[in-house]
Amino acid sequence: MTTATAPSKPGRVAASLPQTARDIAVITQRNLLRNVRLPQLIILSTIQPIMFLLLFNYVFGGAIGGTLPEAAGGEYINWLIPGLLVQVAAFGAGQTALGLAEDLSKGVIDRFRSLPMARSAVLAGRTFSDLIRNGFVIGLMLVVGFVIGFRYQTSFAGLVAGLALAMVFSFAFSWIMATIGLIVKNPEAAQQAVFLPVFPLVFASSVFVPTQTMPSWLRAFADNQPVTVTVDALRGLILGDGALLPGNTVEGQVLLSLLYAGAILAVFVPLSVRVYRRTVN
Amino acid sequence: MTTPIVEVEGISKTFGKTVRALDNVSLEFQPGIIYGLLGPNGAGKTTLIRVLTTLLRPEAGRAMVAGVDVLADPKAARQKIGLAGQFAAVDGYLTGRENVQMVGRLYGLPMAEATARADEVLGRIGLADAADRQVKTYSGGMQRRLDLAASLVGRPEVLFLDEPTTGIDPRSRIDVWELISDLVDGGTTVLLTTQYLDEADQLADRIAVIDEGRLISEGTSDDLKETVGGAVIELSVPADRQDETMEALRRICQAEPLLHEVTREITVPAPDGARTLTEVVRALDAASITPDDIGLHKPSLDDVFLSLTGRPAEADAGDEAAANGSNQRRRRRRP
Ligand SMILES: Nc1ncnc2c1ncn2[C@@H]1O[C@H](COP(=O)(O)OP(=O)(O)OP(=O)(O)O)[C@@H](O)[C@H]1O
Ligand SMILES: [Mg+2]
Repeated sequence: MTTATAPSKPGRVAASLPQTARDIAVITQRNLLRNVRLPQLIILSTIQPIMFLLLFNYVFGGAIGGTLPEAAGGEYINWLIPGLLVQVAAFGAGQTALGLAEDLSKGVIDRFRSLPMARSAVLAGRTFSDLIRNGFVIGLMLVVGFVIGFRYQTSFAGLVAGLALAMVFSFAFSWIMATIGLIVKNPEAAQQAVFLPVFPLVFASSVFVPTQTMPSWLRAFADNQPVTVTVDALRGLILGDGALLPGNTVEGQVLLSLLYAGAILAVFVPLSVRVYRRTVN
Repeated sequence: MTTPIVEVEGISKTFGKTVRALDNVSLEFQPGIIYGLLGPNGAGKTTLIRVLTTLLRPEAGRAMVAGVDVLADPKAARQKIGLAGQFAAVDGYLTGRENVQMVGRLYGLPMAEATARADEVLGRIGLADAADRQVKTYSGGMQRRLDLAASLVGRPEVLFLDEPTTGIDPRSRIDVWELISDLVDGGTTVLLTTQYLDEADQLADRIAVIDEGRLISEGTSDDLKETVGGAVIELSVPADRQDETMEALRRICQAEPLLHEVTREITVPAPDGARTLTEVVRALDAASITPDDIGLHKPSLDDVFLSLTGRPAEADAGDEAAANGSNQRRRRRRP
């Protein structure tokens, strides 16, 4: 995780692994405290997806219910929950951009950059704390889902695996958002900027409805983009093979989703660290 | 002489294509002193601090801090420095203690030590009573002091303070001055920036005056005053006699008197001190000009700035000083 580029010289203090881990823990704790001390933040960001859940379920449920694969057990809520878990993961990751932009604009990042701490800790601490936060919101969603009728159709292990995959996706997405936040810098602008990638990915996907009725050019994108792949993987894990497009397997979708996450991390972790090191406010 | 603790050589930094924030700045100083960076808004003070604290890379030059090449080995430099920036960088939702503790931990202190150090510096800076309150309930001045506390927690060898007393009330300002002096007595070296001439005058052992990115003068407060000459006559006369007075001063003092646009005060170097003053008083008397006010002063940094740049420092810094409602520069100068 250290980002030292020059060879070690005498007197050079390279961030050791334990130091890096400790710095990440310090920053993660700091960020999480914000959620605890300003509970309205997390309450508001939980209300929104729950509202989505209720609206979509009761407004569209009746109309869409009949067109769903059998694996959904005839209930739109069963189809919707895996999709919304991924949607929450994507929108929640947007908080990473906001948090970093806020720290930048308040000069906190300047302080961090003048301290002998691991360079990667500010970003890693931010993405970890957002992961924990998103895990909390995802859990809450699931509870509300259960209350209004959601039932997994495979096994409890399948459900847990699905949740884990949503978290992996959320973490990878956070690093894209970190890069955006560092480039945009201004919190208000960052708020707008995160919607640019998130909206098309979430709506041109299988989150709310099956992709079959989309025009073919859109379907080509929708079926293969990371949100759909991850949503389908979750559906396979939670609802069974029958929820997938013909020819797709659960293992295949899970693997593809993990590959997407890995590719995103491979590009955006080094990229955001690079931008962070160069950022001058 | 020991080796300098801070050594800056030919640093230049341009923003965009045209804004030359630093123009070939060189300076150096010894450990254990307070070094003042004095200049009006936009002079380049913050830019120089950002270069020295590894936040900004200049396009040319070299900088050594505490024996470490800042540009070649920023990581090692960060181990030796503390920074309190121009704007308080504290977290509102954390308590004062948590803020300082966090910085201590990021300096590598174990939890227990970070806590002990946090309590120590908070007590020292007069925030012990507020340590357990969330910082969003602090006043602006308290937040600035907290920021200062955070910069001390790692026991840095060299402390960089960007306008440490801006926005702090006059009483707390004296406290901050005392704290800074104590730190230096304890072996820390401090580089601070200020727009306030009296602050540089009273606090700094050496002063660099910068203006528009260039170092225009450097030395002790007394050295700088020497550049103006031994003493200065300051006087004001009725507006209709101003031109005549200026003419007389020009003749007697062999120098161009400066007229302050707003206060209508005239200042002029007095080469022979009291003798020159007597001569001026006689000349004015002979012309039946009665000054409203006249006096002989050792030159202040106001005069230094005026003579170095041809304009008063406060024309630039005045807005902010007025907005702060405190820290007003003395109109009456110390002898
Ligand atoms: N990030 C930046 N981008 C563009 N220009 C900048 C940037 N930072 C500083 N400048 C410019 O560089 C010059 C020096 O700025 P600097 O902040 O160093 O001044 P200063 O002496 O600290 O002023 P003040 O007393 O107002 O704090 C100014 O003209 C400023 O506009
Ligand atoms: Mg400044």
